[in-house]
Amino acid sequence: MWLYVARRILYAVPIALGVTVFCFALVYLAPGNPLQLLLPPDASAEVVELIKKTYGFDKPIPVQYATWLGRALTGDLGVSIATNRPVIGEVLGALSNTIILSLSAVMLAFSLAFTLGVVAAYFNGRWVDRTVTGFSIVGVSVPNYWLGMVLIIVFAVNMNWLPATGMGTKGSESFSLFDWEQLKHAILPVVTMSMIPLGIIMRTTRSAVAEVLNHDFVQTLRAKGLGEGAVVRHAVRNALPSVLAVMGLQFGYLMGGSILVETIFTWPGTGFLLNKAILTRDIPVLQGTILVLALIFVATNLVVDLVQTAVDPRIKRA
Amino acid sequence: MKTRWGRLMAAGLALGLGTAGAALPGRAAETTLRVAMTAGDIPDVTGQPDQGFEGYRFVGYSIYDALLKWDLTKSDVEASLKPGLATKWYVDPADTKRWIFELRPDVKFHDGCPFNADTVVWNVQRLTDNTVPQFVAKQFAAMRTRTVNIDRAEKIDDLKVAIVMKEPDSLFYIQMSFWMMVSKCQFEKAGGDNAKYALMPSGTGPYKFDKFVPRERLELVKNADYWDKPRIPKHDRLVLIPMPEATTRAAALLAGQVDFIEAPSPDTVPRLKQAGMNVLTNAYPHNWAYQPNFVDGPFKDKRVRQAANYALNRADMKEMLGGFMIEGFATVPPNSAWYGNPKKYEYDTKKATALLKEAGCYPCEVTFAISTSGSGQMQPLPMNELVKAQLEEAGFKVKLEVMDWNALLDVTFKGREKFPQYHAVNVSRATQDPFSGIFRFAMKSQNAPAGGNWGWYYNAEIEDLIKKIYTTFDETERNKMIIKVHEIMNEDAAMIWVAHDVNPRALSPKLKGFVQAQSWFQDLTPIVVNDKTN
Repeated sequence: MWLYVARRILYAVPIALGVTVFCFALVYLAPGNPLQLLLPPDASAEVVELIKKTYGFDKPIPVQYATWLGRALTGDLGVSIATNRPVIGEVLGALSNTIILSLSAVMLAFSLAFTLGVVAAYFNGRWVDRTVTGFSIVGVSVPNYWLGMVLIIVFAVNMNWLPATGMGTKGSESFSLFDWEQLKHAILPVVTMSMIPLGIIMRTTRSAVAEVLNHDFVQTLRAKGLGEGAVVRHAVRNALPSVLAVMGLQFGYLMGGSILVETIFTWPGTGFLLNKAILTRDIPVLQGTILVLALIFVATNLVVDLVQTAVDPRIKRA
Repeated sequence: MKTRWGRLMAAGLALGLGTAGAALPGRAAETTLRVAMTAGDIPDVTGQPDQGFEGYRFVGYSIYDALLKWDLTKSDVEASLKPGLATKWYVDPADTKRWIFELRPDVKFHDGCPFNADTVVWNVQRLTDNTVPQFVAKQFAAMRTRTVNIDRAEKIDDLKVAIVMKEPDSLFYIQMSFWMMVSKCQFEKAGGDNAKYALMPSGTGPYKFDKFVPRERLELVKNADYWDKPRIPKHDRLVLIPMPEATTRAAALLAGQVDFIEAPSPDTVPRLKQAGMNVLTNAYPHNWAYQPNFVDGPFKDKRVRQAANYALNRADMKEMLGGFMIEGFATVPPNSAWYGNPKKYEYDTKKATALLKEAGCYPCEVTFAISTSGSGQMQPLPMNELVKAQLEEAGFKVKLEVMDWNALLDVTFKGREKFPQYHAVNVSRATQDPFSGIFRFAMKSQNAPAGGNWGWYYNAEIEDLIKKIYTTFDETERNKMIIKVHEIMNEDAAMIWVAHDVNPRALSPKLKGFVQAQSWFQDLTPIVVNDKTN
């Protein structure tokens, strides 16, 4: 097992490194110039040079990359061009906010989707199944930025039940989901973000459990007189690895793909940070955020693989 | 691990089952004005703000004062300059390169340190001299066009300072209205570290720094000892929240989360009005236009530029924007002191077509560089589409090259020489002062990439006039010449003028006392927040 874990971790290293090279190159290939944020439209060549030097943009790109990566390995991601604050602080501050949203959304999605998916699989082909499947299609298809807007209009503007934006007056520095005043700020974005994973996890659970329920061994279990509850437990255990894999991937997608939802709800997470960094070409922040998100995605996949293996040792052998 | 997952699961379920809650609790003991800015982040609090003029509007002029300040007390005339931390300013009669500023006595920074000539000299060095410890490269870069002509600052006595120019500059005093005076004591208390100073900034302005949560909010409190007594804020706390999405800002106002929003999109205005919000607009120094390429392509012919101006039906544009614009026929809006009597290119398609045929460019193929969004760009995509349709009706064939704001700035910055394929660029401009609003689009020395003259417009008469303007210290005489420059540019069709924004804002009915000035800057201090009205 430990050898398997070590091998998986080693596989993850070149992937993470490849991602950093790709992201670094991508940022430089995009049109525009990060220095424009700092410079007036009429800046002279002398000022441009000074600023280039200040932020290290005067060096060749491979040198900039090597320097950046070397510092990144020690936890120094440079300084934001826009705010002058250390990028690592910016990213980690935002990251904790995004984790709150993404993890809550995946937990919410998983708790509902898994239950409904198992029920749909058990009643395969009947109206319960058709209803749940229909709901999952809606969940997968609805654009989350649209859903977010609708939820704001209904629950914040018309009913005035929940806040439309932000993390509350205390801000993210003391944010807790167990504080009702702050929890209220998270409800709408979490529900919005949970919709797509809800649909996907529900469909995966339904098809995985239904497939297991069709296997011959299930008939054998029933023939031996096992109760329906125990039969379903067996089916669920067999279907769990694929559902966990999907859940892990969804968490990864939510971590990196929350730009629109966080912008709509003014939720100061990595999505909001990325949006700002893209608009202002704040390259250090852009690179730092992408790097951290990519590493989280790689780490999530690693954890999912290991959890899957723990649940179903056949995977390791495969 | 198991416990943490259990907690998170509980939180997830709690969210799923979460039901109604009341709106945010207010602070019972104090009144708070909450403003949703269009900015994506909180502007720099360490002196010269970033985030364009929004940074000045909400952070710069709240925490700090400049030597001169904008009179924002009236809504019916364009804002003008008045004494700030300087009570008088004039050119030394013996040497026109020396601007003398007489400083206001008995002014203290928020940290208790006195404001005096030493502080001014220290502040001038901070943004002009990269050898001093207080030098800040980022702010130096941002202020460079305003500081480039400064040779040095000299203390005359405790309350008198001379700023010595490299060349005579009759318009220099305007630049001092953009220069935030930072507390030398506080900067030194922060160990000369700008990042540390950002957590304890200190100015002489109407609000004091209280706290800030990165990317989320900046909280300022009333400076009860403010030297400008009528401008002591009528509310206790000012909360500034970055909220870049227009629909979100409107929703936050409707939900009672904020009290004052910037730039609601036109389609949300009826809903805001229906909910009792006050939607305010006013003219201000803004120009939404195209800068043509005077060297490459059809616009080098004046007749083609004039044709483009005649082809525009600005009334239709205004209707499309729900009335939120002033028709633009010139660089500065009609309320400006430098407007004069420019040639007015009223909508006339036939005349436009005739001019194109006379110029031998029919159909006349042109390519415009435009952006999807950006500071002051209003609603760039539908506006550009309408311009394209109107120009094509007259005989143009328009190609729109759409790019993001930063890419368009890159095109603008590098100029026509680097991008000869574009025949015009669509970048909005502030026309607050004659140089920023007018001259930099006309002077040869400003030809991009050296300056803002993107398309390399040139007129010998304008060159001569601008030289005279900079050495004319009589304001009436100088204004006459500025008007002349403005009128010549119009006759030359130096731009394709479309609109001047009116900068809508929406305010909760519980706010009273706001006067929307004809300026990019606004004064929030007179706003009274009546929480009982909500």
